[in-house]
Amino acid sequence: MIITKLKDIDEIYEMIKPYSKILIAGCDGCCQPPRSINEAKVLGQMLELKSKMNGKKLTWKAMTVLRQCDDRIAGSTVRPYLDEYEAIVSLACGLGVSMLNRIFEDTLTFPAQDSMFGASENHGDNRYEQYCDTCGECLLGETAGICPVASCAKGLHNGPCGGQVDGFCEVGGYKYPCAWIQIYERLKKFNRLDLFNKFRPPKDYRLMTSPGHLELIQEYTNAIEEEEVEK
Amino acid sequence: MAEKKVYSKLGEMLAKGEFILTGELEPEKTCDLSHTIQEAKEMAPYVVAANVTDSPLGIVTINSLAASHIIQKEANIEVIWQLTVRDVNKLGIAGMIMGGHALGLRNILSLTGDHPNMGDMPESKPVFDLDSATLCMLVREMVDKGTINGYEIESPPKFHVGAAANPNSNPMEAEVLKIGRKVEAGCEFIQTQVAYDLEKTIEFLTALKKYNIPVLLGIFPMKSYAMAKGFDTFVPGVDVPKDILAKWKSIKNDYKTDKSKQKEMYDQANYEFFNPFITELKKKELLGGVHCMAVHYPRIFPKLIEVIKD
Repeated sequence: MIITKLKDIDEIYEMIKPYSKILIAGCDGCCQPPRSINEAKVLGQMLELKSKMNGKKLTWKAMTVLRQCDDRIAGSTVRPYLDEYEAIVSLACGLGVSMLNRIFEDTLTFPAQDSMFGASENHGDNRYEQYCDTCGECLLGETAGICPVASCAKGLHNGPCGGQVDGFCEVGGYKYPCAWIQIYERLKKFNRLDLFNKFRPPKDYRLMTSPGHLELIQEYTNAIEEEEVEK
Repeated sequence: MAEKKVYSKLGEMLAKGEFILTGELEPEKTCDLSHTIQEAKEMAPYVVAANVTDSPLGIVTINSLAASHIIQKEANIEVIWQLTVRDVNKLGIAGMIMGGHALGLRNILSLTGDHPNMGDMPESKPVFDLDSATLCMLVREMVDKGTINGYEIESPPKFHVGAAANPNSNPMEAEVLKIGRKVEAGCEFIQTQVAYDLEKTIEFLTALKKYNIPVLLGIFPMKSYAMAKGFDTFVPGVDVPKDILAKWKSIKNDYKTDKSKQKEMYDQANYEFFNPFITELKKKELLGGVHCMAVHYPRIFPKLIEVIKD
């Protein structure tokens, strides 16, 4: 899931100030904390109030999309409203905001949120944790399943650095564990310090290119669709 | 590894296996290096080389490449250029290494560098494209093979490269194994973080023996009580022992009116603490030398050299 943080209401208002009719689109996908229809309504009310305070009238409608990052779903759900509204405010992560801007070329979609990181939900500690940084070169097989790219503040391939004290990281004031000490302890437990010892060459950043692309294999997807039709 | 070549006085002394003393210079947030140069001149007769720091604690100072070059030229002292991987990517660092050679530098201390979050520009991008081990590897490739990523360098740089270690690290085994990686990557000498605990230091240095690499023990003679207290508070992983803090505090209070006597007492107290400490490690043949981080305290060097030469 993608962890997001609502922007300050003043910042959102600044973006939509030139418009008097806006569509507020929630997302029922993996955005956390949830940003669905209720959150869209609350945001609409806040923006209306803010507009009123500035002597403006704002018309808005709240709706939600199953998944804003899917062009088919987002396209079919949002398109019916486009004629009535001048701009869209999206409550999805950056993927959703980008997708709406790409599929609706004649309408601007503004982000209501800052996208923070891709996370795993850790119910035990009641936390969302960034266990993976989607770096294109998985090291988890060498690091007992703890990712140094995502979990070490410096993303080091050959840690720990001198900034760890008793297993805690200097970044954040020794509140969070040092990923490399966690890796050491877990590998030691499995008698696999041979993996810890291993010198790892520098990361290949070509594998983490931005923008990332992956072509869908058309023949394969077509074949599956045909198979389903036949059934 | 390629045969040992000598590119600097430091390299020569290390190759000979001599017990050496290195110092440390910490340029500040200024474009005028005259204070640091003065300090370097006072230190020069006693040390083989002096480190020049690269924005320690993530606090922006004058660039260490520029400062190293100027200090080496103006103070007639050999410099160990501290190069962190915090601020520049691999491509930039490779260029800096060639630039460093062109400016006459011959020793690099490879460091990860304190995270920008710790310093006075916490919003800047933490780069860490390389780490301290992979930087050692890059230097070795450029120097020994004369290539970058396999591409030939017309006139390759010549450097000795060292790395840091922390004898206070807990768990110690993780730190020791990490040093093994640095040695594998081509690191030629180790300078340690400041140590105060003799027993722990002996344990650590004994564990490093298997790597057969000269280790220079980091010491921090403290110029004043304020310096000792500040070091204890701000440097990660280093605790100045309580009895030292108490002693320095008593010197501060007892000689309030007589500043020159106070200075003498601080110098004497440093000597009394570090002399037996270093002598013991030397006796056990665990050290290749001492790295003295007595920043802004060059007057301690004449006293310290007595300990080294003993």
